Amino acid sequence: MRLAVFRMLAASAGLLSCCDGSPSRFEPPSPVQTDLSVADATRDAFSLPLPNLNDAHRSAFFVGNSLFNQNWLTAPASVADRDGLGPLFNARSCSSCHFKDGRGKPPEPGEPTRGFLLRISVAEGVDGAPLPDGTYGDQLQTNALLGLPAEVKVQIQYTEQAGQFHDGEPYTLRTPHYLLNEPGYGPLPSDLKLSARVAPAVFGMGLLEAVPEQTLVALADPDDRDGDGISGKLNRVPNGVGRFGWKAEQPNVRSQVAAAFVGDMGITSALFAHENHTALQGACAEQASGGEPELSDAALTTVESYVRTLAAPGARKEDGQGRALFAGAGCPACHVPALRTGAVADLPELSRQSFAPYTDLLLHDLGEGLSDGRPSYRASGSEWRTAPLWGLGLIELVNGHGLLLHDGRARGVAEAILWHGGEAQAAQQAFVNMSAAERTALVSFVESL
Amino acid sequence: MVRTRRRIPALVLLLSCAAWLPHCKPKATPNQGEKLRDLDDRLTISALRSYADIAFAAYDDSVRGVQALGVAIEALLAAPSPQTLARAQQAWLAARIPYVQTEVFRFYDGPIDAVELQINTWPIDESFVEAADGERQLGIVQDTERFPVLSAGLLAELNGKDGETSISTGYHVLEFLLWGRDTNEAGPGERSYHDFVTQGKTRAAALAERRGSYLRIACQLLEQHLVQVREAWSAGEAPSYREHFLAPPPERGLYLALRGMAKLSGPELAGERLTVPYETKSQENEHSCFSDNTHADVVGDALGVENVCLGRYTRTDGTRISGPGICAAVAHALPLLGRALTRQISDSVSAARSIPAPFDRAIVGDDKAAGRAAIKRTIVSLREQAVLTERALNSLALEEPVRVSVAR
Repeated sequence: MRLAVFRMLAASAGLLSCCDGSPSRFEPPSPVQTDLSVADATRDAFSLPLPNLNDAHRSAFFVGNSLFNQNWLTAPASVADRDGLGPLFNARSCSSCHFKDGRGKPPEPGEPTRGFLLRISVAEGVDGAPLPDGTYGDQLQTNALLGLPAEVKVQIQYTEQAGQFHDGEPYTLRTPHYLLNEPGYGPLPSDLKLSARVAPAVFGMGLLEAVPEQTLVALADPDDRDGDGISGKLNRVPNGVGRFGWKAEQPNVRSQVAAAFVGDMGITSALFAHENHTALQGACAEQASGGEPELSDAALTTVESYVRTLAAPGARKEDGQGRALFAGAGCPACHVPALRTGAVADLPELSRQSFAPYTDLLLHDLGEGLSDGRPSYRASGSEWRTAPLWGLGLIELVNGHGLLLHDGRARGVAEAILWHGGEAQAAQQAFVNMSAAERTALVSFVESL
Repeated sequence: MVRTRRRIPALVLLLSCAAWLPHCKPKATPNQGEKLRDLDDRLTISALRSYADIAFAAYDDSVRGVQALGVAIEALLAAPSPQTLARAQQAWLAARIPYVQTEVFRFYDGPIDAVELQINTWPIDESFVEAADGERQLGIVQDTERFPVLSAGLLAELNGKDGETSISTGYHVLEFLLWGRDTNEAGPGERSYHDFVTQGKTRAAALAERRGSYLRIACQLLEQHLVQVREAWSAGEAPSYREHFLAPPPERGLYLALRGMAKLSGPELAGERLTVPYETKSQENEHSCFSDNTHADVVGDALGVENVCLGRYTRTDGTRISGPGICAAVAHALPLLGRALTRQISDSVSAARSIPAPFDRAIVGDDKAAGRAAIKRTIVSLREQAVLTERALNSLALEEPVRVSVAR
């Protein structure tokens, strides 16, 4: 709100300044003006609170940040409210995968897996729910408490495929293949369905959560009635419409946070009371618990509030040409530039805000090239939730890499675009047909968001 | 891209803090309606020079402090005793005094921000360094299988790799190695010098060997990182960050300086370092929890802001640096705001000094307890200071005039 006023005033000052002969110092408003984005293009770019938080909410933000960062310990520990890790886990803390609230990446050869995991299933269950493996469950944990075997060691191999742009410039894309070595609890089934996921950045989720469901319903066009080749459908998951996760598998921030606590760290909560191991992993069941549940409702709320109040980074400099090319290629059909929140009773700071995530939160078919062959509720293997584009250009600064897409296969924005197929085939083709200068402008625009 | 100053900012100033806007308290509007005069370029350049001189001197003092700590650590490892351990602890405490005063130079991707994670990250998960007896995990000290040889490269590589509290280098790792866990209500951690005695063929002696080696390497690494930052601020022949910082236009340097002041005051000090332990009443969340030195850290950080505000710094050896301060440059353009900011910064230093030691006792009790009241007063003052600094940034229209919100 405050920044909006600044902008209004700045705009008027800009208008007036024409009269003293100097050029306007203020850019015309870009197509999407957001009130709650924050400008801090440093390593802290993803870690800032919403600028309009009241004192109590700002205090809660910092407390939540400390919980988000802290390592969880083996139970029993001297610090009782921090124990309950594992026995199987991918990470000891939220920040291990979402470092500086940013994005993870697939491990390099020999590197431990951080900010990267594999979901598994053996078949489809009721309403498309992935059916977990009887022994290993629905996610492979690559760490375990001292004295217990980890579920697997993951090794990634890539095969490169060459292609070329319309102007003849060559490119290569790499396809990952996953080798699951040293299974700790017996052989893995041969027909296991695997979905690799990198940890997404966690800023701006309160805004996305506050978009009214009607908005998403209005954006959806599951049968492509308007005939534009773009469908877009809601994932229906237990307890509502899916919004979060690479396939929109979690309906709200609280559930997303609690699912990550149990799935990734082995920490139970009231929402997910069962540990992430199964009855067939006997040694795990003998481990001490960190309480029932291990994460108190209050602590879950603290982390949830933190994630809801992390501000999104504002767009950096505008590039008119890139924006036009983005629009011309049809990207905004799914990467919807502007959304608006409804009323948020418990966090009024999020109410009725415009923001620029460049997503519609809907599932779209991106073609066989990106399919993981593992359906999840209404999302088929090749359907993915439109990934928000905000902050993409800052990942390099915050997280030291530029790897994109759900499994981190794309080495930068251009490769990520080239991987698009299915409904996005026409947009991808438009990119392939662009001149080198146009491609650069488009990529720069995406990186400025 | 630096924008030049506006000619007609009065309108902006008039409305920039209407009372109904969030976080704008009606009482805190010293620049409301204040007419902006141009910055005095010569004054601003002089203020930036003082700022850079203080940065170099404070980092130089920090390097010397850590060198002295290195000497004390060698003495401890050569002949572990209650006395040599106490001297090493004293050297650590002394080394902190100049370092915390440099923290105002953070938060704008300057020289320190490239290596800060290696220097002063906290809170640390001490079990990542060395698990306590009975814990079912191994720390780096104990894990000879994964880490057969401790080296500077290894410690630097592990730092932060597994999350923001999995920290293997820097002041607070040294602090943990020197004091141990703080389970002592009345004072700091009570590590015994026996933890560094390497005689004999026992497991304890083998661990002491690893612990001592870790301590030595971590201290050397800290010195290297600090030297790197100091050199960036040196006025020598080679191109340095200092030159880049002082290069025209002066508005840019002023922007960076104010930004660092705002972010240290607001999110870092008032937020992470004071609000979190205040709200949770948990020593897990205090800055220097092993040595019980948090109260001094808070004062030093607040003093660091005052140093650059006033353009003065007292070196470890007692010599003084002084010149025009950042607040003077601001006050030339915005006299009321500049004065209010100077006053607020001074109030914060006083409030910080009133926090009783040890900090882990000051955070507990009810909100009327002297310790908690002093911490709360410091938080409020630092937040106000951050808001005033941010207002100076936005009022002076430095850099991105309508997008800066750093003080939250």
